[in-house]
Amino acid sequence: MGQYLIRRLLTAIPTIIIISFIIFLILDMAPGDPTASLPMTIPQEVREQIRESLGLGQPFHIRYGKFMKQFFWSEPLNILEEMTGAQIGDPNRLRLRSWQTRSPVIDLITDRTPQTLWVVGLSYVIAVLLAIPLGTISAIRQYSIFDQLGTVFSIIGYSVPTFFTGLLLIIIFSVRLGWFPSYYDTTLVVHDWPSFVKQIKQMIMPVSVLALFQTAAISRYTRSAVLDNLKQDYVRTAYAKGFREHVVVVRHVLRNSLIPVITLIALGIPQIFAGAIITEQIFRVNGLGELLIRAIQGSDVPLVMTLTLIFAILIVFFNLIADIIYGILDPRIRYG
Amino acid sequence: MMQHKYLRSAILLGLLLTLILLVGACATPSAPADTGAATDSGAAAADAEPAATGRGAGGDVNILFWQAVSIANPYLSGGTKDIFGASIVVEPLANYAPDGVMVPRLATEIPTLDNGGVAEDLMSITWTLRDDIMWADGTPFTAADVVFTGEYCMDEEMGCNAASNFTNVESVEAVDDYTVKISFSAAMPFPYGPFVGSTSPVLQQAQFADCMGLKAQECSDQNFYPVGTGPYKVTDFRANDTVVYEVNENYREADKPYFARVVLKGGGDAASAARAVLETGEVDYAWNLQVEPQILNAMEAAGNGQVVVTFGPAVERLIVNFTNPDPALGDKRSEWTPDDPNPHPFLTDYNVRKALSMAIDRTTIAEQLYGAGGTAGCNIVPNPPAVRSPNNDDCVTQDIDGANALLDEAGYADTDGDGVRETPDGMPMKILYQTSVNPVREKTQALVKQWWEQIGVEAELKSVDAGVFFGGDPASPDTYGKLYADIEMFTNTWDGTDPSSYMGNWQCEEIARAENQWLGNNIPRWCSEEYDQLYTELTETADPDARNAIIIQLNDLIVQDYAMIPLVTRGDVSGISNSLQNFQMNSWDSEIWNIADWTRGE
Repeated sequence: MGQYLIRRLLTAIPTIIIISFIIFLILDMAPGDPTASLPMTIPQEVREQIRESLGLGQPFHIRYGKFMKQFFWSEPLNILEEMTGAQIGDPNRLRLRSWQTRSPVIDLITDRTPQTLWVVGLSYVIAVLLAIPLGTISAIRQYSIFDQLGTVFSIIGYSVPTFFTGLLLIIIFSVRLGWFPSYYDTTLVVHDWPSFVKQIKQMIMPVSVLALFQTAAISRYTRSAVLDNLKQDYVRTAYAKGFREHVVVVRHVLRNSLIPVITLIALGIPQIFAGAIITEQIFRVNGLGELLIRAIQGSDVPLVMTLTLIFAILIVFFNLIADIIYGILDPRIRYG
Repeated sequence: MMQHKYLRSAILLGLLLTLILLVGACATPSAPADTGAATDSGAAAADAEPAATGRGAGGDVNILFWQAVSIANPYLSGGTKDIFGASIVVEPLANYAPDGVMVPRLATEIPTLDNGGVAEDLMSITWTLRDDIMWADGTPFTAADVVFTGEYCMDEEMGCNAASNFTNVESVEAVDDYTVKISFSAAMPFPYGPFVGSTSPVLQQAQFADCMGLKAQECSDQNFYPVGTGPYKVTDFRANDTVVYEVNENYREADKPYFARVVLKGGGDAASAARAVLETGEVDYAWNLQVEPQILNAMEAAGNGQVVVTFGPAVERLIVNFTNPDPALGDKRSEWTPDDPNPHPFLTDYNVRKALSMAIDRTTIAEQLYGAGGTAGCNIVPNPPAVRSPNNDDCVTQDIDGANALLDEAGYADTDGDGVRETPDGMPMKILYQTSVNPVREKTQALVKQWWEQIGVEAELKSVDAGVFFGGDPASPDTYGKLYADIEMFTNTWDGTDPSSYMGNWQCEEIARAENQWLGNNIPRWCSEEYDQLYTELTETADPDARNAIIIQLNDLIVQDYAMIPLVTRGDVSGISNSLQNFQMNSWDSEIWNIADWTRGE
């Protein structure tokens, strides 16, 4: 297991470097100009000066090298400094700055992470909590009314796009009924009961839209995994030994069925950090997904680059985690 | 502090699930309020008429910009949204009022030739500053700050986006503490570029002294929290999200501003911004509501707010390519040089351009696609009224028969019967018509294509992502400057009320071509000696009436030669709630230029 882990960790490093290079190359080749959204009244010569000031005139390899140094060396040191309060090396080292805001990219990301974790993360937790029982019961009572309703619910949840359910909820609950605000107030600080209620109110719609979608997906996987296991010989043996149904299901079937589901959940976690681009846009939850899409629209290369690279690292990392969990849950893989 | 946050989060999470159920069960239609602080303060203000007055009596005012503010330093801004957001805090010496007239702000009066503020030879302008202005940090505002701001923006390495406001500025000097003299290297008949309007406000020297040149990029704190002289100061800046402003205690007018806090939320799209101000009433003012007229009208019918429109200098127009964009030409594609004008096979014919213009029904485009936000336009310079040409108004009438007759006469006939005319040389009249990706533009394209079909001209439509189209990447074939198409469409406009530098865009020397990296402003590649001479005359004329007359002539030269075909004069469209008062929409300056005067009433 230890050797396996080390091997996996070592292959992760070149993977990340290759990913960073490819992303940088693609972004560099993509047309787009950070000065394109400036008012038309600003003449082209001035735009050229602005591009120069952003360092766009330098050749590719220098820009890439600079980025890599900032991302893997300067910024981690800065974070370390901020956390420990100690001064490490050059205090004026070059920081990775967003072109739109001219502020350190890391500050923008730390600003946005709480909203994304709250809204997208919470919806994920709710989805997992709902989906596993839902999928299990559907499988055990295959073709019952519960299963049929569950199937309908999943198909609706999975096939109706979030931009539609989002708008539908806004029109019903914000415009017609006036219960919930149609946009998310990031400045709200929860300090007492009314502000807490406010926070809940502004979270309900985005969270339920996302939870609906994810519940649908995860419950389908759980259902089919449980169904697969129910037909196995060991289940028949367990019944034959005289165990009651809930013991068979919880102790034997569920434990085996959850292996693929847990992998699916682990691999879904990086997507929480990536935010939910469309849902965040609709409800004006200013999270990471919203940040990314605005950065792409504004050709803010340092910000797009940092975000995508962080997502890539998270995906690689959680793949690793999923593999390790697999090994723990299923001895066959560990020794295989 | 961090510990606390986590604790709070944990409690929150624990209570959450139960609460979702609770709220779902308990919330009844009888308790609809609580959709933001706006309603609370609105109700409070409505109790007594006249409403409570005095500084900070009005609670919160909520503003929604669907393009969020990224930076509060207008000299480094990435768009109009940033300039507007900054205009709440930092102020110029003078603003443009909604009627286009300059009003002094940090200056005592507008310098003119008559009051001696502008030198007889037009080589300098002298501003007298108010001596009672304080920065938000309590220090006095003086001429040194103005001089500093000039140096700050004129530094070439800094990448100042208001650099064109400082065209020809030789020096900015402080004559005394409250007098600033700006000298020019050439005669400036309109010397109001520097420090007039929200694009070029005055920054505080004490704050920005260490942010000159390349360092400007690194001054995040200064760029997010500029110290200003305006009615508010930034207290919480969340880039690309929300900006919170609170009253500047040192603001010069003791009883203003009325609102204690301004919350400027960003994000989403234009339609949802319109919904928030017109339907749900969550915000008091939403900027730039470019929404389909039918949808906007339906939202306005909800009765919570109203749409406000004013018209400024923006005109959606077709650019006619006078050079040949044939891909077979390689590097010579759409390339104009003084020796080789590389003429277009048929668009250089006046009759063809005229026929293309005659076939268009501008009223339909304006009414169906722009609604309140546009009117049929026949001029490149539509406003202010003093420079609006009265000579082109007949373009509003569509005349398909006339256009057909004109083409017949000029020798363009459909010889092979495929519905598309051929030039006398036998070349079919096919046009590549490009614009930026935008639903309104694409619908306009579809309409125009249909009308051109009726006169035997075939149009192939193309739309390019706005970030690429308006970008300046010399390697991209799809920028508006390269014009690798026969016709293209976009909106152009100018800053402030005086179009003289804008008119300079269509001189021969401004033609966009390889030599200037396609950065020239003369996109049609239209070259007219008569125009150049007249423009030179404009730069030498000081008398306002004579200047206006020349501007009208210049406009007519372009429009009557159909080098550019104006389609729609575009208004600025915003939405305000019914309770917001003294809001003054402004097309010549920041729309929130008078936020100090805003109040709430019934």
